[in-house]
Amino acid sequence: MQGIEARFKLDWPTFNLNVDLHLPARSVIALFGDSGSGKTTLLRCIAGLEKAPEGRLIVNGEIWQDERHWLPTHKRGLGYVFQEASLFTHLTVMGNLLYGKRRIPDDQKVSLDQAIELLGISHLLDRKPDRLSGGERSRVSIARALAANPSILLMDEPLAALDLKRKQEIIPYLERLHEALKIPVIYVSHSADEVARLADYLVVMEKGHALASGSLADTLTRLDLPIHLGQDAGVVLNATVVELDQSWHLARIAFDGGSLWTHDQAFSIGKRVRVQVLARDVSLATEIPSQSSIQNVLQGFVDAIADDNHPSLALVRVKVGNVMLLSRLTKRAVSSLGVATGQSVWLQIKSVALME
Amino acid sequence: MMHLTPSDIQAIWLTIKLAGVVTLILLLIGTPIAWWLARTKVWWKRPIGAVIALPLVLPPSVLGFYLLLAMGPNGPVGQFTQALGIGHLPFTFWGLVIASIFYSLPFMVQPLQNAFEAIGERPLEVAATLRASPLDAFFTVAVPLALPGFITASILTFAHTVGEFGVVLMIGGNIPGETRVASVQIYDHVEALEYMQAHSLSAVMLIFSFAVLLCVYTWRPSVKRVG
Repeated sequence: MQGIEARFKLDWPTFNLNVDLHLPARSVIALFGDSGSGKTTLLRCIAGLEKAPEGRLIVNGEIWQDERHWLPTHKRGLGYVFQEASLFTHLTVMGNLLYGKRRIPDDQKVSLDQAIELLGISHLLDRKPDRLSGGERSRVSIARALAANPSILLMDEPLAALDLKRKQEIIPYLERLHEALKIPVIYVSHSADEVARLADYLVVMEKGHALASGSLADTLTRLDLPIHLGQDAGVVLNATVVELDQSWHLARIAFDGGSLWTHDQAFSIGKRVRVQVLARDVSLATEIPSQSSIQNVLQGFVDAIADDNHPSLALVRVKVGNVMLLSRLTKRAVSSLGVATGQSVWLQIKSVALME
Repeated sequence: MMHLTPSDIQAIWLTIKLAGVVTLILLLIGTPIAWWLARTKVWWKRPIGAVIALPLVLPPSVLGFYLLLAMGPNGPVGQFTQALGIGHLPFTFWGLVIASIFYSLPFMVQPLQNAFEAIGERPLEVAATLRASPLDAFFTVAVPLALPGFITASILTFAHTVGEFGVVLMIGGNIPGETRVASVQIYDHVEALEYMQAHSLSAVMLIFSFAVLLCVYTWRPSVKRVG
């Protein structure tokens, strides 16, 4: 069986963990929540660095923990990136990379080249960790985890210890990982921005419980739970650049339900991008708008309507092609337009935020 | 002034041999104890730690007295060694070695414990995620990171054993080539009013002690941390 089945129960004096999760085998899975929500503890339980007495953990069909089994961390074949780079200071960068590689069976060995190339650290190999910048250390620690050819990569807020500039330096590497790796990545973060840019699958943690668990598109469009990446409700779309309009500096990006115009950020055709569309930037019309400043108009069907966080407001979920979008309207607008489930509507999208 | 008699040389050589043997044995015994003390969370690590530190405050004669009783013909250790056919340990070189192991134990354990504590849990967790077993991680991560601690602990243990006097007198007595170490030899010289010889040997000890401390302070920079 592919995928990860993780059930843990921990009762500490000041903290409880109680989760039962089924995670996909090949995705970037974000554990998202405030500090103290238990996301790091959950990650440590998966790694075997913390032992939850009642637990069951099956990774791609292999039992790592149940009532009778407990596989110690060093036999789990995982990769773990800690919040601080935690490089071995007595070894060079190359020594750090080789540490894990030396300890895997010959038939599982992979060339270090891919990890070195993905993280862009080929010029650092002879250095000791104290001669690296914070961002370089982070990249080496990620490459070190990959060099041991893990079957799953666990990352505990690898960017949290870095300043904004260093974060911007690392994120493109993480996005490349996302495309290049064929293993599940569990990524702990409290940053909405990182989740929006990197995750395919979202587990929202609160007080030791999983509030929601599902694909990014599904969890962000749940109307029963207020799951926001950032201050506001919205969806994240995977899209591809399909057309450039040089004269107006615009680019058309296509997603699984239509296409949108956005600012051209020196794109090339075929580039994969992620965009966020906030509910407050989407308005609805029951007839196709003729004269409007808004360039992006999509047709869809109302899937559900729910109360929003203020009594005057409603959130409307609209199915466009194969994806869901959210629109925030006043309840008066819902009533006067006569918006109802199943109805065909036009969405006018005022702004599309590129995740960069 | 530096005029050493053959018996002085013999005493110095015996002292170095004793301190060397004790340091090697204590590296083997003290390392697991220090590792355990640095990492266990059980409450009774404190009384154990206090017992190990006892020789720091106990008069050496008290320690020597109890060891003499234990290793004597009626003591538990003495009866054990008799049963093994080794005979009695007091007034032998190996009796001195055993006494010195107790006497110098804190000088090995405490610097090592501090070094291991300074390393913390993280590098070992990292090693485990890179597939190193706990023993593997100990030798490939903890020991190299704690190397300055090992050097300090070994130098201090060696030097402290060299400086031993009270315990030696209680356990070893004064047998040339067997238990007469440098500190006892100086005492003998003074007793015999051979002040010149006492001077020479004392000067050797003084220079040695200074050199040792200089080494310790040079090597002490800090236990390396993970970056």
